[in-house]
Amino acid sequence: MNFSKIYALGLRHIYLISNSLPRIIDLIYWPTVQIFLWGFISKFFTLSSDYYSNTVGIILTAAILYDFLFRVSISFNMMFLEEIWSRNFTNLFIAPIKISEIITSLTLTAVLRALIGLVPAAIIAIPLFGVSVFKLGLPLLFLLLSLYLFGVTLGLLVTSGLLRFGPSFENIAWASLFFLAPLGCIYYPIEVLPNSLQFLAKGLPLVHIFEEMRSILLNGTVDYLDIIKSISISIVYFVLGVIIFYLSFLGAKVRGTLINMGE
Amino acid sequence: MFIQIKNLTKKFNNTLAVNNINFNIGKNKTVGLLGPNGCGKTTSIGMMLGLIKPNSGEIIIDNKNLETLSRDDILARINFASPYIELPKKLTVRQNLEVYGRLYGVKKLKDRIEEISEDLDIKSFFNRKTGELSSGQKNRVSLAKSLINKPEILLLDEPTASLDPDIGDFVRGYIQKYRSKNQVTVLLASHNMNEVERLCDSIIMMKNGKIIDRGTCEEIIKKHGRNNLEETFLKLARSKDELQ
Repeated sequence: MNFSKIYALGLRHIYLISNSLPRIIDLIYWPTVQIFLWGFISKFFTLSSDYYSNTVGIILTAAILYDFLFRVSISFNMMFLEEIWSRNFTNLFIAPIKISEIITSLTLTAVLRALIGLVPAAIIAIPLFGVSVFKLGLPLLFLLLSLYLFGVTLGLLVTSGLLRFGPSFENIAWASLFFLAPLGCIYYPIEVLPNSLQFLAKGLPLVHIFEEMRSILLNGTVDYLDIIKSISISIVYFVLGVIIFYLSFLGAKVRGTLINMGE
Repeated sequence: MFIQIKNLTKKFNNTLAVNNINFNIGKNKTVGLLGPNGCGKTTSIGMMLGLIKPNSGEIIIDNKNLETLSRDDILARINFASPYIELPKKLTVRQNLEVYGRLYGVKKLKDRIEEISEDLDIKSFFNRKTGELSSGQKNRVSLAKSLINKPEILLLDEPTASLDPDIGDFVRGYIQKYRSKNQVTVLLASHNMNEVERLCDSIIMMKNGKIIDRGTCEEIIKKHGRNNLEETFLKLARSKDELQ
């Protein structure tokens, strides 16, 4: 892999963001709105119920972590869609770059885009709701790593769909995360789900990530085995995502969709 | 021969887009690829760029089979321009050339961008966003991108489509000048017969995915008893019997 080319692919998106103030505002706006929304909802629950004394902390931390996953995945998809919308797709795929370099660049740039939005939102939550995601301590890094890998995997699957079905697959890009959210047990423990769905949910890294987050915040205990399990599941999905992306690319070459991909 | 196309075939579902074509292009020659819309020109170019996988046949470049070469090795030596694909609209001209220069691994990139910008007269709008440019300006930027890596093979798909006569003439003149100064093999797909006569050493005529004639412009015009290439094109495009 050539890191200069990976940098060049990333530079295209860095220029895109830095050239446009509305784009920067857009990146920051949605995570911040999310924090406000969930912050006030959970504050209401705290005031109305004695059951959860730490509702704000748990829900808001879950919202921040989920938003990180959402931003990583959407950023990955968006960068790919930007190439389709700008009709730059053919130029990109005739440049002497490897598919692995495209994936690496999208993966690295996605985290940058996600952090641009998320860091201000996480900082705002500290004075506004007295909630700091950093209270999770060192495990936070591992939870973010697992979310990052899974977010990129979702991005890979959606971009594979874009390669396979063309821009009409765009709507699926937006819907993909909402589809997984109920199974991910982001805001509630896995026991809430019916037994049949619990089985499916355990196959997702999200359940392990958010169960662990709740365990740290409620009980102050860390189960590193569960964290390793979530990272391992994410890695398996990531490898599958990469394989599917390669297969979709080869399929697109057979169908000839790379040369006329556009709006 | 520098480029050899052997028995190349591409089928999309039940449509035979390219039907067993064969042609060669000598080093530093410019060959025109002509034919009515949907005759298989873009599909042929797509296969040469590695964007479309042929059903059968071979593409041999500089004695190496495209299938056996690594994708980025061959693409580093080729470039492509077409008005139907664009550069990122929100990036400035300079940023686009920088990004593509880096992707092509161009050495002394600043100097190369400077050189090509002066040659193509794009410096006056260097810091404007590409999406804000006129068709003629965009076309020159696209050409600059296609030459950023000093390609050995340049594939041009209707490079002057939608340009006014003045800018079209500038672009044709520039391609002529560039060819005379640099070692470049050009495959030009065009519907502008004057452009083809002016730029091409020889032409290949396609119809319904097949090659129906080939030769120099003069040879083909003479063979079909017409006065110019435009008339010859019309005759071949409208004829029911395909010639080989």
